[in-house]
Amino acid sequence: MLHNLSFRYKVPVRSSILILVTAVFVTVSLMYRAYDDMRRDLLFNAEGMSRVLVRTLVPAILHDDVWQVYEVIRSAYPAAGADTTLASELIMVLDAAGNTYVANQPKRFPMLSDPALGGPEFTLLKRAALQHQEEAPTVVDLDLAEYLYLVMPIVSDRVRLGSLVLGFPRSLFLPRFLTIAKRAAWMTLLSLAVLLPITWYWAGRMARPMIQLADCMARLGTTTPEHMRCDLYESQDEIGRLGLSFRRMLAELQEKHALERQIVVADRLGAIGRLTSSIAHEINNPLGGMLNAIDTFKRHGNCEDERTHRTMSLLERGLLQIRDTVAALLVEAKAGSHTLKPVDIEDIHTLVAPEAAKKSARIEWHNELRMPIDLPATPVRQTLINLLLNAVHAVEENGLVRCRVWARDRRLHMQITNDGRHIPADKIEHLFEPFSPLSETGHGLGLWVCYQIVQQLGGDIQVHSEPGSTVFTVVLRYGENE
Amino acid sequence: MSGYPVSVGVEETTVVNPGVRRWAAAALLVFSAWMPLAWSVQGDPIRIGLTPVFLDDQTSFVEDWRAYLERRLGRPVAFSQRSSYRDIMDLLLQGKLDFAWVCGYPYARYESELRLAAVPVYQGQPLYRAYLIVPSGDTATRSLADLRNKLFAYSDADSNSGYLVVQYQLLGMETRSGEFFRRTFFTGAHRKVVEAVAAGVADGGTVDGYVWDVLNEFHPELTSRTRVVSRSETYGFPPLVARRGVNDRIMREVQGALLSMDRDAEGVALLKRLSLDGFTEGSSSLFDGIRRMMAAVRGSSGAAQP
Repeated sequence: MLHNLSFRYKVPVRSSILILVTAVFVTVSLMYRAYDDMRRDLLFNAEGMSRVLVRTLVPAILHDDVWQVYEVIRSAYPAAGADTTLASELIMVLDAAGNTYVANQPKRFPMLSDPALGGPEFTLLKRAALQHQEEAPTVVDLDLAEYLYLVMPIVSDRVRLGSLVLGFPRSLFLPRFLTIAKRAAWMTLLSLAVLLPITWYWAGRMARPMIQLADCMARLGTTTPEHMRCDLYESQDEIGRLGLSFRRMLAELQEKHALERQIVVADRLGAIGRLTSSIAHEINNPLGGMLNAIDTFKRHGNCEDERTHRTMSLLERGLLQIRDTVAALLVEAKAGSHTLKPVDIEDIHTLVAPEAAKKSARIEWHNELRMPIDLPATPVRQTLINLLLNAVHAVEENGLVRCRVWARDRRLHMQITNDGRHIPADKIEHLFEPFSPLSETGHGLGLWVCYQIVQQLGGDIQVHSEPGSTVFTVVLRYGENE
Repeated sequence: MSGYPVSVGVEETTVVNPGVRRWAAAALLVFSAWMPLAWSVQGDPIRIGLTPVFLDDQTSFVEDWRAYLERRLGRPVAFSQRSSYRDIMDLLLQGKLDFAWVCGYPYARYESELRLAAVPVYQGQPLYRAYLIVPSGDTATRSLADLRNKLFAYSDADSNSGYLVVQYQLLGMETRSGEFFRRTFFTGAHRKVVEAVAAGVADGGTVDGYVWDVLNEFHPELTSRTRVVSRSETYGFPPLVARRGVNDRIMREVQGALLSMDRDAEGVALLKRLSLDGFTEGSSSLFDGIRRMMAAVRGSSGAAQP
């Protein structure tokens, strides 16, 4: 039951049990101590009393004045009346034979009777009294006996007249025990009243980070790591370290997940690229033949016929369009080109500005390039133009496009930002595929071309889109092969 | 009669007029409050002996009675208390006391040396009875015969109701008290017989009926723990006696003071504290019953001694 309980409750319950157990132990030891003290005090007083009584009783016993003896012992320990059930001290004078001379409970122990008739413990008591020879009191503590006894021989001139027996009912200890128990119970309740809220609060504080962590880990099974948002307790203690490790693990998981997706996308784009390129080559070969044939036909063939001429032109235009499309698919980034200079980037600003002006879009231009860079200028320019035109198309009227180009650590960075509609996450995966459905104008090859170029240049293109800000970042390495 | 109740532990109390010269110094300190009265009465004191006749806390009664008698007699009065009749009788017979309040039994025994001064009147008559009592829990006992082999309490060996009556009854059972009962003991006072029976120390006891009745009135919690099994015939109430040698004039004066106690308010108040109606002259024949029993018990050779 307790096993499955939350720490929120387990800790207060356990501390309550701890408090109770402690209280019980303390109470029991107090009781034991109280019993010991009481017994010692009682016997100490009883010894003094028995010595005084014996001195007083000797003359009366010598004169066989039983009434005098009774009055003496009764005044020492008055017996409780017959009508009351309260336990009281028993005081007996036994004669030399061990029979009752007189007792303060005469109805239970009549004169001359055998005390053994009072119960088994009195048989043992009588034996102890008869065996005890010293002129000093002795304690007779019998197990499970009704009374705790002190036996004192009554001796006159070395003649033993009998024994004085003082019996203290064990039930006399009970009220003291009850008082202690009652007090202990109150103290326990009091400490519970004080400590329970504290442990409750303390358990709450202790359990909260664990509960957070447990909840977070439980969510891991149902949620993808990218979307996990865990508020974890931060500290250097075990739970804090656990949280830290978990967070690290989560981060690694997220990274791994992202990496896997990237690889999947890259693989797909690579496969598409290979497919496209081989198809393009397969098309280009016959296409070249066909165009040559049409060209030859138009030049040397008999094409005065108006209809034939029109048909040939139609065929030629169609084939040229196919060639353009195929050429667009076949991106050749490494075509001979001059080195990229800062002015190449500035040119692009000039080229794109009219497009932006059509939509009253503003272009923030930050070209931090100061030196020529060992990259082919044409594909880089083509990539930048494509990305910028896309951005200009994406923004609303009066929108903002920001372009930043800089080089650092042998890497050229180009970052194009626009504040147009953002690209939903599920579309980003297919963004760089040819004939992208996202393209509203053109045939959707712009980003495909950019991707192919960047791939061929050994660089990386990333897109990050959120409402109000879509960022394309291109990173190209240069100067490494030399 | 002997052993009227008195406070436990007061073995011996002497109330002496501080006019006695050699005690004067001590008495000056202790009884300084009495001095004006003490010096007003002159002459030899009248010495009166008491046994524990009185009920509880009657020391003040003794003192009040002494002052009353001094005023009535115009001379000092000294009370001497002893714990047993034997002591008082010894003092009286030795001439160390002039008067004594004793039981009918010692009076009858030493009649030749004593003069009857006055007999208290109880419930209109100078008579009383002896009661046989058992613990209230004992509902079976119907007579003394049922107490064979039991524990029995007497008050005083010189008491009529507290000893002689039972001894006489035992004669009729053709046995001696030493054999009839398992064990007997003396308590020294009637009240203590009642206590012994109430506590169960004794299975039965014989007690002065007057004492039991008065206890029943003032301490019903004690007497309710006992049951009266039988009441004896009437005997002469314990009398006040004088030794033979007492001066006739003093005898007359003391008799007069006692007999007229019921005629003044102070005397009546004192009598009321004893639950008595007054004192009468009485006659020796009141104690004929006791004499008969005494003779019978003595005749049976030694049965009188327990």
